[in-house]
Amino acid sequence: MRTQSEPTTISEKTLHDMYTMMIRIRKFEEKVAENIINKEITTPCHLYVGQEAIATGVCTALRRTDFVFSTHRSHGHYIAKGGDIKTLMAELYCKATGCSKGNGGSMHIAEPKTGLPGSSAIVAGTIPLSVGAAYSFFLQKKDNVSVAFFGDGAVGEGTFYESLNLASLKKLPVIFVCENNLFSTHMPITACLAGTDIYKKVETFDIPTHKIDGNDVCAVYRAALQVIEDARTGKGPAFLECTTYRWFGHVGPNYDVDKGLRSKEDLEYWMKKCPIKRLERYLIRNNLLSESKKRAIYNKIENEIEEAIAFKNNSSAPSKEQLTRSVFKE
Amino acid sequence: MRKIKYSQAINEALHQLLKKNNKVFLVGQGVTSPWYVGATTVGLLDRFGPQRVFDTPVSENGVTGLAVGAAMAGMRPIVVHPRLDFMYYAMDQIANHAANWHYMFGGQLSIPLTLWGIINRGGEQAAQHSQALQAIFTHIPGLKVVMPSTPYDAKGLLIASVYDENPVVYIDDRWLYNFEADVPEEIFSVEIGKGIIRRRGTDVTIVATSYMVHEALEAAACLEKEGINPEIIDLRTIKPMDKKLLFDSVKKTNRLIIVDAAWKTCGIGAEISATIAETTLLKKLKAPIMRISLPDTPAPASSVLENLYYPDSKDIVSTVKKLLY
Repeated sequence: MRTQSEPTTISEKTLHDMYTMMIRIRKFEEKVAENIINKEITTPCHLYVGQEAIATGVCTALRRTDFVFSTHRSHGHYIAKGGDIKTLMAELYCKATGCSKGNGGSMHIAEPKTGLPGSSAIVAGTIPLSVGAAYSFFLQKKDNVSVAFFGDGAVGEGTFYESLNLASLKKLPVIFVCENNLFSTHMPITACLAGTDIYKKVETFDIPTHKIDGNDVCAVYRAALQVIEDARTGKGPAFLECTTYRWFGHVGPNYDVDKGLRSKEDLEYWMKKCPIKRLERYLIRNNLLSESKKRAIYNKIENEIEEAIAFKNNSSAPSKEQLTRSVFKE
Repeated sequence: MRKIKYSQAINEALHQLLKKNNKVFLVGQGVTSPWYVGATTVGLLDRFGPQRVFDTPVSENGVTGLAVGAAMAGMRPIVVHPRLDFMYYAMDQIANHAANWHYMFGGQLSIPLTLWGIINRGGEQAAQHSQALQAIFTHIPGLKVVMPSTPYDAKGLLIASVYDENPVVYIDDRWLYNFEADVPEEIFSVEIGKGIIRRRGTDVTIVATSYMVHEALEAAACLEKEGINPEIIDLRTIKPMDKKLLFDSVKKTNRLIIVDAAWKTCGIGAEISATIAETTLLKKLKAPIMRISLPDTPAPASSVLENLYYPDSKDIVSTVKKLLY
């Protein structure tokens, strides 16, 4: 594992952007949770609340033309990369105007023009895809990078190790971002992995690794900035292990603390480590966030989400013809 | 026109594709070996270098995923699996990812990918070095499946597969590699989705795939001597299937035999017979539809058992006679 280099100074604008982005993801997911409880949204949603700093920190360090591959827990990555939340909301209602026209639902969202080629519900499924996109950039001599987000559960899949090996063999511009939220569905990491330091497994592939506090958006951003720059300049892949915790259960809007899966104390401990509150305290301490600025940010986000809800309200379900359309590209 | 072998036709197609289009690359096990994929990749490494002729570790799912991801990012990869048996490892990337991607995101991204799988059987290689899996791929929405039987089609269908906007499973058979026939030197395509009549006849329609087309032609030569005149259809593309060609032929002959050297249950033969049975042609049939296939057993090693396992022209001849008399 590399030790952290000197902290890069993060501009005020970037700090504000990251703060706003984390709130956007949080508020979006809270609205989704509310509407699952209302039984309005029925597509299975794996919510990102608690993990916002990872998608935000990494994607803030990316360019629009870089690729981000996501998982079943996809909303945060999509939003952080700059995907349109109106079409995302419509997709969660499986509307024809959704970002996947209602064919994908929560687990399959894409916006290719924003560098979002899609998300897969198959654990570790997009990891080799991200290596392939990086191989394409390499062959075409583009200085884009490709990012694979995945959870600690993916570390149990063989394709993860195959992908690490291929990326390292060819020194490809791909960043592997493991969001270690300590649970693989209902299973704690200690019941899944023999050796829970994931970065140590990756080091053996001759890939630089960083273990990061995944609730510290600045730490994630700094590490991402460095490895992305390295990847762009031909130095090959990197691995970020970001420790975090999802507030909701594996799927849906419940906390799962009353089912014997995890303790209330653990959840409360991690809620105190909220990534948004953490950055907010830093901003206030450094006189970078006034109460009125904060209110303005929250108002802006709430308006965006209201617009997204209005957009889906004005949208129709897919037409019957869509059922068999687009199996193949004509 | 000059005659070249089936394996040379594939080699020529690969050379021309890589030369013509810098989005095309070849990836998979053995692509830099002079023998691993039966001489089909000879000369490619020297001409195009190790980046576009990427010989890989044995990581079928990872390598196939790499090809799928590269296709998403603008390339037209060809990923080769020197034995279909090992392709099972890659089923997640083929069936869950490549096949679903266009539909799953509402048609936003297509996967122009050639999944080249080689049937490599016989020679006492046994159950894990012999399999023909066309039916499995044909079952999956979002995949096209082609099986060229001639050197001409081997070249033309490979080129068509690479230029298709969708994932195409291109299955060839090592037993075909030394067949020689006329092949144009220039780059050309054989349209995906079109079968061809290899022999015109009136008494019975024999639909065959891949290598079995040649066994069917041999059977026809025997039958002809006895005054029996079969029509032989080479399916060429398994999916999407050329149904019109089948219907027109069965309408004429009123008898149907399907010959596919793969397992019988839920196989290509089952699909074709059901396709005919769902039409009014069923009422006009003068005999039951027959399937010539592998028995529903794994491939044995013993050559004595192999001879029983793989159907040949003699099986076709006896089946035709059974239908006609």
